Amino acid sequence: MLCDSCKTHQASVFLTQIVDGKMQKLNLCETCSKKNGVTDPTGFALADLLLGLGAPQNIEVTTTTEIAEGQCPTCGFTQADFKKTGRLGCSDCYETFADQLQPLLSGMHKGTRHVGKIPVRQFREVELTNRLMDLRTTLQKSVLDEDYELAAKLRDAIRQIELLPANQPLS
Amino acid sequence: MKINRLSKSGDWPSGDGANQSIVITSRVRLARNLARLPFPGWAKKAERVQTLDLIRPAVEALPAMKDATSIGLQDLTALEKQVLVERHMISREHAAKGVGSAVVINKKQTLAIMINEEDHLRMQSIRPGLQLKNVFKMIDSVDSELEATLDFAYSRDLGYLTACPTNVGTGMRASAMLHLPGLVLSEQINRVVQGVNKIGLAVRGLYGEGTEAMGNLFQISNQTTLGQKEEEIIGNLTKVIEKIIEHEENARAVLMEKRANTLLDQIGRAYGTLTFAYSMTSKEALNLLSVMRLGIDLGFFEPDYRHPIDELFMETQPAHLQKSSQQKLSADERDNLRAAIIRAKLKDFPKPDLSHRSSGSEPKSEG
Repeated sequence: MLCDSCKTHQASVFLTQIVDGKMQKLNLCETCSKKNGVTDPTGFALADLLLGLGAPQNIEVTTTTEIAEGQCPTCGFTQADFKKTGRLGCSDCYETFADQLQPLLSGMHKGTRHVGKIPVRQFREVELTNRLMDLRTTLQKSVLDEDYELAAKLRDAIRQIELLPANQPLS
Repeated sequence: MKINRLSKSGDWPSGDGANQSIVITSRVRLARNLARLPFPGWAKKAERVQTLDLIRPAVEALPAMKDATSIGLQDLTALEKQVLVERHMISREHAAKGVGSAVVINKKQTLAIMINEEDHLRMQSIRPGLQLKNVFKMIDSVDSELEATLDFAYSRDLGYLTACPTNVGTGMRASAMLHLPGLVLSEQINRVVQGVNKIGLAVRGLYGEGTEAMGNLFQISNQTTLGQKEEEIIGNLTKVIEKIIEHEENARAVLMEKRANTLLDQIGRAYGTLTFAYSMTSKEALNLLSVMRLGIDLGFFEPDYRHPIDELFMETQPAHLQKSSQQKLSADERDNLRAAIIRAKLKDFPKPDLSHRSSGSEPKSEG
């Protein structure tokens, strides 16, 4: 794609701005982006890359709809903010923007699940969740196997864990 | 000056640690955030100050931070910040911060915790030589102590949640600073860098991301933080570094065998320029000091001369130089002062001489 400004060089900086609720796009080459005061072209290019918005046509569809609804309830951060900075607003943003982050994370890391250190505080919680997951899997299997006696036991065990208050020690 | 409490030498090594002739330092940093509070880059000033007030006492109370220096970034002059950057105690990004950000550094300058950098906490441990595992253990225990009082943002699936998704998971970046003049002189460095990049590790210059490799110094670190255990990341990185050390040693041996005259020429020129120059930029100083360091490793100088050379690496950095002079210097004045400091230190340095070569295994060369 050619630069909108000089129309000679290949554009490498893609800007998207919302002005009065309308979206404006600008594709610039590096020289023109600097000339136009876009001081950190890598920052912009990175944000685009991070959001997986490589094809500029996609920007139109995604940004306009998602900016309206996607706002982190905890800190007020929006997807547009992420696109601009490449950083998130708070830890809850990971949940708010989970769908958009998923493909991005799998692209930049070796895996999509944390397998490293678990803080002691969370350890019990993680243990419980893992145990619940195991129990549910076994329950499904027992139902398929028509072993209803086992299934009933498993169901009770699951219910017991689910009823545990958050701060009660795990027996 | 607040940072005067910190001893003069920075992180440039002295003490234990394996392979110190090639691996200058091992460093591990962990990124942590408090749950549900806005990350520093998104927080308003008042929120940042609140978060800082929450974190700072917890950090200062750490046993490892006994007699530590704890400073708000607004209380540091631009020069003092730069000194800390040159010592790798704070990042360049952190140096740009003011009210609402702080740094706590232990007395030995082996542990530094930045508060409200890109993340609420960036804690790093740094040690001389190749000892990533030990360095990780140290910072890991600090992290475990802090999590008892601070509520870290953590999710079961994604691990430690960080401002930038590139750090999510372990929040860990382990890195080693390598001195690789042999690979540079034998023009193998590009191939090594490409190989290292290909297996998902990053190679950077002296001051991290986007900086030039000066003085044949290279930082190698892990790129990814999600999907691998900390120990696994450290183990892989250590293996790769050991391979690079092997390559560097081979390159040096081959240079000694096949191009001894080139080596002698380089070392002699570095010695001559450093001993007699009256003006020197920091880049030239770094590059020449690097060659002197190689000369010591190869036995052109007695091993006792390693320490003064290593000290010069830090003392001739722009901010350290400026600080030692106690007055504002122009670039020209700095270059003059730098040359003077180096001349003074090298005054009693003997000429390069191959007779100090200790290891008999490598091929002898006619000087």
